[in-house]
Amino acid sequence: MSDDHVYLSLAEGHEDDTRWAYGTGFEDPLHGVDTTVPEGVDAASLAADCVALADDALVSAQRLAEWTTRAPELEEEVALANIGLDLLGQARLLYARAGQVDGTGRGEDAYAYFRGADDFRNVRLAELPGGDFAFSVVRLLVLSSWRLAHFEELSSHPDPVLAAVAAKGVKELTYHRQYAAEWVVRLGDGTEESHRRTRRAMERIAPYFGELFTAYDVRDEVVAVLRQVTEAAGLPMPVYRPLPGTGRAGEHTEHLAPLLAELQSVARAHPGATW
Amino acid sequence: MVTAVGNARRAWHIAEQVPDPELPMLTLADLGVLRGVEVGADGTVVARLTPTYSGCPAMAEMRADVAARLRGAGYTRVEIRTVLDPPWTSDWITAEGRRKLTEHGIAPPGAAPRRAAGPVPLVLTPTRRTVPCPRCGATDTEETSRFSATSCKALHRCRACREPFEYVKEI
Repeated sequence: MSDDHVYLSLAEGHEDDTRWAYGTGFEDPLHGVDTTVPEGVDAASLAADCVALADDALVSAQRLAEWTTRAPELEEEVALANIGLDLLGQARLLYARAGQVDGTGRGEDAYAYFRGADDFRNVRLAELPGGDFAFSVVRLLVLSSWRLAHFEELSSHPDPVLAAVAAKGVKELTYHRQYAAEWVVRLGDGTEESHRRTRRAMERIAPYFGELFTAYDVRDEVVAVLRQVTEAAGLPMPVYRPLPGTGRAGEHTEHLAPLLAELQSVARAHPGATW
Repeated sequence: MVTAVGNARRAWHIAEQVPDPELPMLTLADLGVLRGVEVGADGTVVARLTPTYSGCPAMAEMRADVAARLRGAGYTRVEIRTVLDPPWTSDWITAEGRRKLTEHGIAPPGAAPRRAAGPVPLVLTPTRRTVPCPRCGATDTEETSRFSATSCKALHRCRACREPFEYVKEI
């Protein structure tokens, strides 16, 4: 046991002593958690809920990661990557839970890497391509407010694993929303150009609101937050224009498949590979 | 003869010394992620760990490290369990952990925010939090980045001694 250097000790216990970083192994993030599904909880619908919430998080994390090396400031790049990492962690826990309860015993990789776009259940707002920084923070504001409100409810879910994942997520989503809200205010109340772009972003996401509110009954809380932020930012509230279809039924925009192709390329080219 | 209680205490002492991969000046016990160590009647050691953040990339390594140390100390049957409830907050960092952080130039967190009933409020007015400089103790410090190299830390700067420093965020 190497006590002298923490990174040497981390490499022990792994057969591949050429590891250059920790955290790259694929392991069950719910290792050793009681996997029982409580009586009265429908396993199929619990699994479906977990997959939908995990898909929202995985696809959002991928879009946030696209800012890495491209963000306007190093601090913002680190912020967006950190937020993406939190969401990726939530996705891993939720996929693992889904695999435990849906009877397939699948691990997280099976859900993330070996399903096609039609099998994904994320809302379409999450998959829309990046656009500019204003679009990213406006989308983050909407998605984090929506997920936060839903996770608050889920923290008293009868399934103790989902409830615990949600309770932890509430803390993270609170500062995701804080970050996004502060940027939307700064941009909306900033220069003419930043105001114009933020307003354009609001208009671009408006058609996808309906899908969020059909999925979960948290409309009042989300609208209250958006009203608070848009007032402070001097922006109009986005006009609600419903769009048919929903990602929750596997109906996606043309943007999801290319996102998944990139996300899944290594795992599909080298099934079972570890690094 | 080793008593059951003595045995559990010994196993705890072995497990608690494992350093955190991202804050190596802290042990897992200082950080508050080691929730318990029990030794069963058949000699199986069960150590319970909780993640700090959902995306904590070091959980697998923490598990491997705790298991390796316990095995190295002669416990042949070791089980590591992940505990998700109650979720970790920065309040789990012990007094000893906070002392070590300060000693290494990292400002320890204040009290974690308490969640009241009802929706989590969004506060848009600037909130000033006093983070004393871990080097000179001055309270005239400013945040330079709320996010940094790891999820748990922010970057600050001391206006008195001009030194930048890391600060473990309240969560």
